[in-house]
Order: sequence, then C-alpha cells, then structure tokens
Amino acid sequence: MRLARLLYVGWAFNLKSLTLSGFFIIVSIISPVIFASIAYLMFRAGARPGSLLFVAIGAGMMGIWSSVLFGGGGAIAWQRWQGTLEYCIAVPPPFIWVVLPLTIATATIGLYSLTATLVWGWLFFDVPFELAHPAWFAVALPVSVLALGLLGLVLASTFVLYRHANALSNLLEYPIWLVTGLLTGLALLPGWTRPLSWVLAPTWGVKALREAAIGGDPAFAVAMCLVLGAAYLVIGHFCLGYFERLAREKATLTLA
Amino acid sequence: MTVSLRIFFIGGLTAYRALINWLSPWIFVPTLVVAPIFQILLFVYIGRNAGVQSDEFFVVGNAVQYASIPCLFSMTNAIAGERSQQTLMYILVTPAGRLPLFLGRALPVIANAMFVAAFSLFVSGALLHIDVPFSAWGPIALVIFVSTFSCTGLGLICAGIALRVRETAVLNNIIFGLLLIFTGANVDIDELPGWMQAISERVPLTHGIQAARQVANGAPLGDVRGLLATEAVIGVAYTIVGYLLLRFLERESRKRASVQIA
Repeated sequence: MRLARLLYVGWAFNLKSLTLSGFFIIVSIISPVIFASIAYLMFRAGARPGSLLFVAIGAGMMGIWSSVLFGGGGAIAWQRWQGTLEYCIAVPPPFIWVVLPLTIATATIGLYSLTATLVWGWLFFDVPFELAHPAWFAVALPVSVLALGLLGLVLASTFVLYRHANALSNLLEYPIWLVTGLLTGLALLPGWTRPLSWVLAPTWGVKALREAAIGGDPAFAVAMCLVLGAAYLVIGHFCLGYFERLAREKATLTLA
Repeated sequence: MTVSLRIFFIGGLTAYRALINWLSPWIFVPTLVVAPIFQILLFVYIGRNAGVQSDEFFVVGNAVQYASIPCLFSMTNAIAGERSQQTLMYILVTPAGRLPLFLGRALPVIANAMFVAAFSLFVSGALLHIDVPFSAWGPIALVIFVSTFSCTGLGLICAGIALRVRETAVLNNIIFGLLLIFTGANVDIDELPGWMQAISERVPLTHGIQAARQVANGAPLGDVRGLLATEAVIGVAYTIVGYLLLRFLERESRKRASVQIA
C-alpha cells in the first residue's frame, strides 16, 4: 500500500512538474505535430497514400519516445542539478521506486503527443478517428506508456554515467524513430535492423495501438510490451544499484 | 578600422569558443555529425514508404536544412549565453562598435554550419549511393555558404528575441521544426497550400535548397544564380532586421534595467 502511494504521488508530482516545462510541451506537442504535418503532406502527395491514421499514431508515438528519451535520460541528472539527488537516495524506499514514477510520468506526458497528432490530423487533414477495437485501444495505450516508462528507467540508470546526457538523447531520437518503424513501417528497413526493433518497446507499442485502431490482433503486441517492460524493470534495477554503489564508493553522488 | 576588424574576427571567434558548449566532441559528434545523417535517413524512408520523391530530394534538402541547427542555436547562444554567464552587461557597456561586435559572432557560426551541411550531404550521399558529380561540389559549397549566411540572419533575429525571452531552446526548436516544413526540404513547395508557399518564398534556405538540388543534378552555377541571389537578398534582409532588433532591444534593456534578466 505504501509502495502504491509512493508511486502514485511521485507520478502525479512529476506529471505536474513536467507539464510546467516549456521544453517538454514543445517536445511532446509541437514537435510531433510538425512531423505529423510533414508526413501527412508527404503521404498525400505520394503514390502510396496509405492510412493517415497510421501516420497520426506513429507521430504520436514519436512524441512519447522523445519525451521518455529526454525526460528519462535526464532524470537522475536533473535531480543532481537541482541538489535533490542525495535526498532521493537517502530516503528509506529503494531508489528505484523514487525514479520509476518520474520516468513513467515522462512517458505519460507523451500522451499529449498522441492526442495532439490525432486532433491535428482530424482538424486539418481529415484523418478519421474510428477505432476498430476500442477496448483493445484502451488497454494498449496505458500498456504502451508503461513499457516506454520502464524503458526510460533503463535510460535513466545508464545515461547518468555519461556527462552529456542531452547529447546522447539528441543522438538516439532519430535512430529509434527509424528502427522502430514509427513512420516508415518495418518492412522497408534492412533486415539487420529487425532484432533491434524487437527489443524496443516503441515497436510493439505503436503496433498495438495501430492494430487496435486500424484493425488486426493487438494481443501479441500488448503482451510483448508487458514482457519487455518486465525485462526493463530488471535491467533498470541492476543498473541503478550499480550506479548507487559506485557513487557511494567514490563519493561522486553530486558530481557529474 | 583595425579595432573594428579585431572585434569582428578575434572577438567573434573568442566569444564563439567561450559560449558554444557543443565544441566539445562529446556533444558535437552526436548532435551535429550523427543526428543529421539519421534525420536524412528517416525522411528518405518515409519518402520511400509514401512513394514520393527520390532519395536525392531528401538527402540534399535535409543536409542543407540541418545547417539551421548551428545557425539558430549558436547565434542565439553567442548573444544570450553572455546573459547566463553574467557577462552581458560588460559587453554592452564597452564602446565597441555594435556591428562588428554582433556580426563577428556570426562568422564562426557560418563556418560550422557549412561543415555540418557538407558533411551530412557527403556521408548520407555515400550511404544511399547518391551520385553527385565531383565537379558539382564547388558550386554546392557556394550554395551552402549563401544558405548558411541567410539562415544566420534568422539566427541573429532569434538572438535579438533572446534578449527578452528566457526559453531560447524552445524558440529555436519551434523555428527548426517550421523550417523543416516551409523550406521544402521534405515536401515539394508546389505541394504546399498557397499560404504556405507564400511563407516559403520568404524564409531562409528555401531557395538555397532548390539551388543545391539543381546543382547536385549537374546544373551549372549560372542556372541557379537567380535562386542564389534571392537567397542572398533574404539573408541580407534578415541580418539587417536582426541587427536592428538587437540594437532596439539593447536600448530597451538599458531603459528597463533588465540587461541581465529575461
């Protein structure tokens, strides 16, 4: 019960805090809308128009990934800059339960992206919003957010060892958009990228949402999100433990 | 005259080195070397998926468009960075001429942006087997120079706004995103609605990208001189507006005693 309360309060606090950040609003709303607009225009002009709903969901997931990448990747570094990292580590609950709500909050902020791209597409590009499986969509959405939030935990615990975490975030934004086929689809990508896409939650998250919205069977993709989320939790647990021990041994907790 | 030249060249370079933290290879390589190549690959694959345009269209367009990252962010930082380091007031009380002081900071920005655009074009072209004739690289360099100069003018306007606005990263990210749409880097200008085409004709990089595409296809420089001249005129106009805006906001900051605060 205490753990549930800690997770909820941490999530709600960080969600409000991130909502006040202009940078996050840009990352999660304006940037995906811009990419969605370009993609709508490209698909409209192209020889294979495809489904604009496919584009809207992909662009929304791009925003969720960006939000997780910058928010999750910089989670521990922010605490360090704000001078609150020592308190986060010194409190009785394990450090992972303090960081986890923060990374899940960054993924939740990404929901603004999905909402923005769907509304934008509906208003200006006549994108229909009719769900093939509404119940599955309602399941796929929180499961995808959870999986990406847990991936954020892995980023938080590994990026902290790199002083310029923001640069690493810049580096990983486009490649993951590309490899997970958010706007391109996976079929066109070279075969060697497939295994990479399989271990990344955005691949399965966007697949689950698309199959729930456009048609198909999203059950496998939802299950993959859950399996990957569990794996990320285990990896994040060990990485955070390693970071904490290293920082305590070397007395470098507040130093980059 | 000598003093002005010293301020322009040495002062500009010193300020650039002091204020632009991405000169560290740990930031420069991921942000300005690797990221543009993946931006190009992303749009190439979206284009293939949508069945629109050729790979070359996206490679050339995005390589030149990505020059806007150093142009916008460096130029803004070269002015606003003084404020965050608490040195802006010392700069503004000096008797140094404002023209060499502000414009001198633009020169290293242009050089950096040219490198970013040319490197992205070369590497992504090689990756995607885009055949750019060897003889075209000279004219392409000139096109990139004019385009980066033009976009640096826009960066100067952002630097002026940065004297009043705190969230400069947000501002620059929005402008970068808008340039992705309006410059025609990814969507042919003719495919845009009329009101968007009207804006496209007036923003930096649009004509530069068109010229770069033609030159990469083997057109002689003479064929694109009109596009280059238009790009240069747009650059001069933006630079003048940016300079005047900086002077105006400097005076306003003095009046309001807000030089060090946004």
